[in-house]
Amino acid sequence: MDETVQSEAGIPLSTSYGPDDLPPPESIPSPGVFPFTRGNFPDGYRGRLWTIRQYSGFGTPEESNERYRYLLDQGATGLSVAFDLPTQCGYDSDDPDVEEEVGRVGVAIDSLADFEILFDGIPLDAISTSMTINGSAAILLAFYVATGEKQGVDRAKLQGTIQNDILKEYVSRGTWIWPPRPSLRLIADTIEFCADQIPRFNAISVAGAHFRDAGATAAQEMAFTLMDGITYCEEVIGRGRMTIDQFARQVSFYFYTHGNFFEEIAKYRAGRRRWARIVRERFGAKEDRSCMFRFGVVSGGASLHAPQPHNNIVRVAYEAMASVLGGVQSMFTAAWDEPFAIPTEESATLALRTQQILAYETGVARVADPLGGSYYVEALTDAMEEKLVEIMEDLERQGGMVKGIEDGVLQRQISEQAFSIEQAVRSGERTVVGVNKFQTDEERPEVEGYELDEKGRLRQLERLAEVKRTRSAADVSATLRALAKAAAKDDENLMPHLIDCATAYCTVGEMVHVLKDEWGEFSQPVVF
Amino acid sequence: MSSPVRVLVAKPGLDGHDRGAKLVARALRDAGFEVIYTGIRQRPEAIAAVALQEDVDVVGLSILSGAHVALTKKTADALRAAGADDVVLVVGGTIPAKDVGRLQDAGAAAVYPTGTPLETLVDSIRSL
Repeated sequence: MDETVQSEAGIPLSTSYGPDDLPPPESIPSPGVFPFTRGNFPDGYRGRLWTIRQYSGFGTPEESNERYRYLLDQGATGLSVAFDLPTQCGYDSDDPDVEEEVGRVGVAIDSLADFEILFDGIPLDAISTSMTINGSAAILLAFYVATGEKQGVDRAKLQGTIQNDILKEYVSRGTWIWPPRPSLRLIADTIEFCADQIPRFNAISVAGAHFRDAGATAAQEMAFTLMDGITYCEEVIGRGRMTIDQFARQVSFYFYTHGNFFEEIAKYRAGRRRWARIVRERFGAKEDRSCMFRFGVVSGGASLHAPQPHNNIVRVAYEAMASVLGGVQSMFTAAWDEPFAIPTEESATLALRTQQILAYETGVARVADPLGGSYYVEALTDAMEEKLVEIMEDLERQGGMVKGIEDGVLQRQISEQAFSIEQAVRSGERTVVGVNKFQTDEERPEVEGYELDEKGRLRQLERLAEVKRTRSAADVSATLRALAKAAAKDDENLMPHLIDCATAYCTVGEMVHVLKDEWGEFSQPVVF
Repeated sequence: MSSPVRVLVAKPGLDGHDRGAKLVARALRDAGFEVIYTGIRQRPEAIAAVALQEDVDVVGLSILSGAHVALTKKTADALRAAGADDVVLVVGGTIPAKDVGRLQDAGAAAVYPTGTPLETLVDSIRSL
């Protein structure tokens, strides 16, 4: 027997598991009971299925609106908005430095006028919207609130999520704008604002996904993410205005599910239990609901490969099943052609169908936590939780997340891991079908992909010019001035000011610029 | 004995995905090249300035945002404007096969789409 068999995150695996491997019963109470190892709800998915949410957004607001309406017609139950990089990094579409990126990896948003088109005919009190936005998240949230107001929707009825997790941007995704300190303040502002005014909106989706896609193991992904979650909660609690029970429900999480089936399931079960314990023991939450770990996932990402690309359909299906067995609340399944292109309508629909087959044909959603009590799954969940604690304690000893990021420690750990994965694939130690085993000489299929329409970009520029021409210059300068004044103070919540700016049709770039003047910009440590 | 080949690995534009760029940088370093990495979100002019200042032989762009044609062209122009015409420009990333020719027209000496094995890339740069 090979004694060195281990999971991808380095957990040693026995040949088989038995009753002696089970944890004490109090660690695995019934589903819906603290610490929620077996899920947040006693009835699993019977009460409510996970949200099927397909990430999309491209080109102009008109094109994206059309795709959203199509996805909703096809049975999607929530929207997931992808923004272009200028929007994510705080530039307007007419900034000459970013012209080639307008509308490319997502939809271009410059002002409230674009959001009005993006959500045209989509009732914001009935549909929940997830927005992958970080550096400029508070501004996009302001647009969303202002759009709801234009539709006549009560703020309290808005539902959705902004990613709003800046710490991981410094490590791996890169859409930072300001330095960590003021960014944390702005995030705490959004958390307070949502808790107070739009309680059904997740002010933050603390994301491990990008650590994972940059090379982290499943254990690092979860541990770093929980550390980020702690950092954000401490920021809000430190202001002394809210207790954990007042805002814990605004905090959600987000991960990548890759291919190691049982390890992924254990990752989610262990993360859910660990977070519940942190919220209770560290932050003193009184209500059990505050301790619930709610998360969304992407099935796909770096686990997909370019050679033999149709294999990705199979990978995504397994990953989606692992996510559901792990108790996911919302899921995006990647399309098979994503390693080289923005998905076509056909490949995006197939990815959606993958979830629908899982939800409606396989029966995995009929019983809460079907793997609960499995010798192997429970033992792996315990081992994973131990590993999480180990990584987190190590980070705390080194001074916490913000320091780790500023020093480049996390960046280095992740690139090391990425490099060792690459070496394992090159040496054949880790098998990837079609990549280092069972290869074929077949040419890569020429995928159609989405072609950016130059006319769309020009239309975006025209609309921006039109907005600047027709808005009230007095309102713009008054609201921007008020924003600058509030930003200069530490204790004033900026959300009401950002909503005023949005309503006055200030642009993303204008608001970002005002805050850059106050706060400066982040400078990155470069390590590889 | 000739001095080692100097390579600047660069991320132009706003795309922050640099797992690939870092892997390539490390593989080249392990293969005996002298490697500098710019970090993400660099302007083409800034890349050209570093290329000149560091006296590199090769600039390797990594682009996953879809803006590869425009950014390659801008970087090639910036290199020329900086007087670094002798620097060889190569490009890797999420690049559809149909764009390879367009990148060559824009000034790329070699193109490495997603899925290119690292050995292939290293050998190719060595032979440039």
